[in-house]
Amino acid sequence: MATRQQPVKDPYNIIITGVGGQGNVMASRVLSNMLVEKGLNVTIGETFGASQRGGSVMSHIRVSPRGTWSPQIPKGQVDVVVTLEPIEAVRVLARYGNPSVRVLTNTRPIYPAGVIAGEADYPDLPTIKETLDKLAARTWFIDATDRAMSMGNPILGNIMMIGALAALEELPLDRDVFAAVLGRTLPEEKLDDNIKAFDLGVEMVNKAS
Amino acid sequence: MSYLTDSSEGTSRLVMGNEAIVRGALEAGVNVASGYPGTPSSEIVESFSNVASERNLYVEWSVNEKVALEVAAAASFAELRALCAMKQNGVNVASDFLLHLVGSGTRGGLVLVSCDDPGALSSVNEGESRFFARIMEMPLLEPGDFQEAKDMTRWAFDLSEELKQIVMLRSVTRMSHASGTVTFGSLPKPGGTARFKFDGFILDPDEGAVISAPVDWKHQQQQEKVKKAREIFETSPFNTYEGPERPELLLITSSACTLYSREALKVLGVEDRVGLLKLGTTWPLPPKLLSKHLASTDKVMIVEEVLPFLEENVKILAAERAAEIGIKTFYGKNDGLIPMAGELNPDLVIEALNSVLGLNYSAVSGEYEQSAQLSAFVGAPFRDQIFCPGCPHRASFFSIHNAIELDGRKGFICGDIGCYSMAIRPTGFESLKTLHAMGSGTGVASGFGKLGQFGMDQPVLAVCGDSTFYHAVIPALVNAVHNRSNITLVVLDNSGTAMTGFQPHPGLDHNVLNEEVPAVDIAKICEAVGARVEIRDPFNLEETRRTINELMDDPRGVKVLILRQACALSPQRKHERKFTMSVDEELCLGEECGCGRFCTRIFRCPGLIWNKKKGKACIDDAICVGCGVCADICPQGAIKREEVA
Repeated sequence: MATRQQPVKDPYNIIITGVGGQGNVMASRVLSNMLVEKGLNVTIGETFGASQRGGSVMSHIRVSPRGTWSPQIPKGQVDVVVTLEPIEAVRVLARYGNPSVRVLTNTRPIYPAGVIAGEADYPDLPTIKETLDKLAARTWFIDATDRAMSMGNPILGNIMMIGALAALEELPLDRDVFAAVLGRTLPEEKLDDNIKAFDLGVEMVNKAS
Repeated sequence: MSYLTDSSEGTSRLVMGNEAIVRGALEAGVNVASGYPGTPSSEIVESFSNVASERNLYVEWSVNEKVALEVAAAASFAELRALCAMKQNGVNVASDFLLHLVGSGTRGGLVLVSCDDPGALSSVNEGESRFFARIMEMPLLEPGDFQEAKDMTRWAFDLSEELKQIVMLRSVTRMSHASGTVTFGSLPKPGGTARFKFDGFILDPDEGAVISAPVDWKHQQQQEKVKKAREIFETSPFNTYEGPERPELLLITSSACTLYSREALKVLGVEDRVGLLKLGTTWPLPPKLLSKHLASTDKVMIVEEVLPFLEENVKILAAERAAEIGIKTFYGKNDGLIPMAGELNPDLVIEALNSVLGLNYSAVSGEYEQSAQLSAFVGAPFRDQIFCPGCPHRASFFSIHNAIELDGRKGFICGDIGCYSMAIRPTGFESLKTLHAMGSGTGVASGFGKLGQFGMDQPVLAVCGDSTFYHAVIPALVNAVHNRSNITLVVLDNSGTAMTGFQPHPGLDHNVLNEEVPAVDIAKICEAVGARVEIRDPFNLEETRRTINELMDDPRGVKVLILRQACALSPQRKHERKFTMSVDEELCLGEECGCGRFCTRIFRCPGLIWNKKKGKACIDDAICVGCGVCADICPQGAIKREEVA
């Protein structure tokens, strides 16, 4: 994977979205620290607190060679959506989407309470794919949670999604910077699984491309 | 070592707004930090606690915000530097002491940090703490980015000491919980010597008694301090201007709205037409600086969140100086261009500018927008907030709800502040019927419980969490007992301040510094004030339900039921999986069963899902935490729990 030095755009706008409890904040921290490591300025806006409890959550990440940006991305200005839960991507595009957006989707659904109760319908994956393909310039669907569960920890799915984002080559992200950032906080035995998950994410995007 | 104590001056780091505030205070040589947890302020005291031993700090989670401010003020009286942090409505709690504190004045630098929550992202109010600066007559600072959050906090201590007055620094969720790059300054050596001097002449601010009387004299002194602050603010580097010399429109803003406004001007490409005056010192306003900028244009737009605090203060100033600066046209809250409720964002500023400048900007084509919105409406079903899988509150409210239904007298619950506030939603069976401030559930219940003489025969219940109990429920409980109010208080004791991240409270045997401390027992307090007390495990559904029914039938005053079970996210339960759960597909009768899909329609734990194809309930292994409670709700006994070896 060739590493670029700067993002393809300034500012480059990322939204990581999912459901409270999925590790959205953790994913946005890891990704942002990788970008800071590359000498970029990062502004992160996120919601936590009450919304953490099973609600929709979002982190807005603004990447720029210079300065601080608004912690909320303006309407229609997201460059890439990384979604830990499929329908959350659809929700995010309603406000922030535009015809050139790219969307990386973890395919594992988390059903809203209303769906479990039978008050609302959850669309099947082909329908979600069709919707996202219509609204985005490019989409990738990754079985991150399922692969991570077979590795023994569903949270590794988030790392696969970061690997998948790196594989798009729009940002200066690679395995080395990932290992450097995680290595500061994680013991070595856990680092191996994380690097494996990162590589799997890269591989899943490259296979689909 | 925390990176917040990185001593190399000039390093840049990605830090959260709250951490930037902490770093600023450390650079100022703060000695004492206190607060009460509340989103979005909680990380401040937590971050201080992480560096307490290394920096020789005293840090505490106080029982409530008023006591927190009293604790911080004591440090100031003893000539130390102190910071006290709270969320917006915490300032209301602290305000009685604050009123007297601004009268007495302070000694060591004292900074009150209020983190407001415009848009109520994690609150049940959009309270404004800025107005306190005006009514309490104390200086107000508002950082406009992360670097300023640090620099301004550091300076606030100097300002406080120069004025001998508490200084309020106000942040908002999008500043406190957002992150950006901050360049660190130098850290002083840890130190500080505490000595309370009181032998001097009574009016001596440095060596006399610390009191707000004689009120006449002290109040005048206090107002002199405001005048002095106004002078200092005239030349503050935290007030900046960017834009042309004679702008077509002057935009005045502060706080996170600075970032929204700057971005809006950029998106619209009108930076050469519109000036941006960003104020960091928002009370008292510096009149000369304001006059200079107001004189440069005829049109002024004020961009701020929630109430028109800045707008009104600028308008008063403009009226006073009208002869000198000319008549202005104002845009903002009063004409409805900037909303008065909810948080702002770049788009709302763009919309307002579109209207004032007669522009026609739209982010995406109407066709795309319509298609994207329709797709979300059809394809992204609403995701309601829910109790976590394995949350004891789901079990507690299930039993309370069932007890009330069984009782049949239209009983109801007065709610309180915590995760369990969500019991106004289906996740808590829509059980809560009132919800206001910390401790108000028990206070309101105490009032309801006295309405029997007017024919009210509905059983009255209240709930509160363990941290809330200490914060503000105790006085209401005493009131209910003393006035013979007939109520049942259910204390949902999940062993920590769960909603804000497990901050310890007085019921626990360790504090924020991880020292061993005496635990103050809720049951003993309740017994001591004269209430009947029962303790149950909410995971035992039937026993809990039966107890509640019995307490509701007991006519003798105040009954307290403590439902004790640790939060599913708590350190002690987080990685524990007590049971492996499964659904026996032979036994589950699906829609054919008379239960009406009780497990998935009513109980609504996200770990229990409905398999549409098979027409049976099933367990989602990625979500279930194995608490085992749902096994007791299935009338068929189809949900099985197997103890994890």
